[in-house]
Amino acid sequence: MKIILEQLLNGLTIGSFYALIALGYSMVYGVMKLINFAHGDLFALGSYLGYTLLVFGSTYVTATLGIWGGMIAAILIAAIGIGIAGTLIERIAYRPIYSVGRLPAVVSALGASIIIQNGIMVVWGPRPQAYPSQVVPSVMLNIGGIKITLLQIIILLISFMLMGLLYYIVQKTTFGAAIRACALDRSTAALMGINIETIIFFIFALGPALGGMAGVMVGMYYRKISFIMGWNYGLKAFTATILGGIGNIPGAMLGGLLLGVLEMLGSTYISTAYKDVFVFLILILVLIFRPTGLLGEKVAEKV
Amino acid sequence: MKLNNGTNNKKLFAYWPIILFIIIFSIFPFVINAYWVDVFFFFGIYALLGLSLNIVLGEVGLFDLGHMGFMAIGAYTTAILNVNFGIPIIILIPISAIAAGAFAYLVCSPIIHLRGDYLCIVTIGMGEIVRLTLNNNPFGVTGGPNGVFGIDFPSLGNFFVVDNSVKFYYYIWIIVGVTIVGLVNLQHSRIGRAWNCIREDEVAAESTGIDVRFYKLLAFVLGAALAGVAGNVYATKLMMVSPESFNFMESCMLFCIVLIGGMGSIPGVLIGSAAISLFPEFFRTFAQYRMLIFGVTMVAMMIFRPGGIWPRKRGAIERKSILTKAGTENG
Repeated sequence: MKIILEQLLNGLTIGSFYALIALGYSMVYGVMKLINFAHGDLFALGSYLGYTLLVFGSTYVTATLGIWGGMIAAILIAAIGIGIAGTLIERIAYRPIYSVGRLPAVVSALGASIIIQNGIMVVWGPRPQAYPSQVVPSVMLNIGGIKITLLQIIILLISFMLMGLLYYIVQKTTFGAAIRACALDRSTAALMGINIETIIFFIFALGPALGGMAGVMVGMYYRKISFIMGWNYGLKAFTATILGGIGNIPGAMLGGLLLGVLEMLGSTYISTAYKDVFVFLILILVLIFRPTGLLGEKVAEKV
Repeated sequence: MKLNNGTNNKKLFAYWPIILFIIIFSIFPFVINAYWVDVFFFFGIYALLGLSLNIVLGEVGLFDLGHMGFMAIGAYTTAILNVNFGIPIIILIPISAIAAGAFAYLVCSPIIHLRGDYLCIVTIGMGEIVRLTLNNNPFGVTGGPNGVFGIDFPSLGNFFVVDNSVKFYYYIWIIVGVTIVGLVNLQHSRIGRAWNCIREDEVAAESTGIDVRFYKLLAFVLGAALAGVAGNVYATKLMMVSPESFNFMESCMLFCIVLIGGMGSIPGVLIGSAAISLFPEFFRTFAQYRMLIFGVTMVAMMIFRPGGIWPRKRGAIERKSILTKAGTENG
């Protein structure tokens, strides 16, 4: 019983990373109908930004703000930096080719992904880097026999707060209504007086910012980051997006959390070596029986 | 390809770019060093893989980002049967093709109704499942992360053995050439027209009586079989196979080959595979910056030529054939 609860908590932690990254995929896809392959690498870049701040600024940042303050500062800096990077990529790589269809944008996105990945390699070196132990809080808690680190609880809290905030923005505010309108039909939304350019700008700032924050938290949680980790997490998060129903914000959150929990339970009870196989099998089975994902709505085919 | 119509000299003359191309490729290995012969061998492998993905992605418009999975099935079929049972490589070419095609039929039948991006993620998942399973050494036959090694050279008896770089160069390019002839014929056949019709408008294709499900599955099976052949050649050249050669990144590169060249265009696929395989070699002097330059080029290419370098001119040949057919029927 204890093991199940511990694994569930671990699964939720990993799942919240997937969910935060998946939100970026889902928002961009919802409005632009584009799979942003560079998103996973933006997440890795966020991880490296946080690392740089904590390593080279540790004498100032961690000394003045304390360990927790340093963590929050790193997350905020990563969010801002990756938000800017996301909008830059949209300006340079995607905006010139929106009008010519969807497939060239896929190649452009893959190109952007290669640029970021190799850019990280050139700047920070090809070897994996480690978040130093003096900047990562390491308090173990023992709640009724269940071992959990304080860091894990904080990560879960931050993730759920961010997801709640995004859910509020998208579902309850006028701006969110504008985003949803764009996702339904961009040209009609423009006719209703919605500024599409602003919406696209915010989509490409918000999505990657969430991914960047997840990057810092992954770095804190696993302590080891590498320049190729963007592909791995990106692929999983994209799987989560499809699992929940692409373009659907609550779906991305549900898909991410579900994927994390399934992965953890699968590796505990079935086989560690086959945990990813297990994840992809679940995905394929879900898509065979519910082709639009768990929360995706059936859209009438345009003829 | 109406090259066999040799009596018509004027017609033959119209194919001079192709003939020139063939002549240049035949004398090429004698003017470059062994390293570049190997580079051009891998150009050939990429060309074959690009042609196989072009059937699925270019002709029918199905997003397949797990194509390396099919190649892995072909390569491992060759490796395991050759190393454990000593079956000659030449016999294993059709067997690899059939194995990969059968695998594609089995996995794709339940998911063929999925559209666009959903099909895309399922094929990614399938490719990853193949790679991870091979990596986990099921039943002790795939050798885990080390792979299978000690694969023979392709040979016919003792007098014809493909055992050096130059022979491998001719071997792969002859296979590519035969494949191109077959695919050009396929493009102009009833099947090719049905495929393009599905790509342009699936609903319209279905309403004109095209069995969409059958033709989509056919594309997947044919594409996978060709990838299986590429896997066979790849395994015999390297003499070993390991799961890391078939990762997601490689599948993405194949996707780029088809899109950089131009969807459904065979010369386009050749140019695309040249770009993907030769470009990183030319920029070796830039060392760690070369993949950075590669990424920048990919983005720039899509901005300036979004349709690909050599897009297929659809309609030119079909329209003529329809007109002549209509003419004979009326007259």
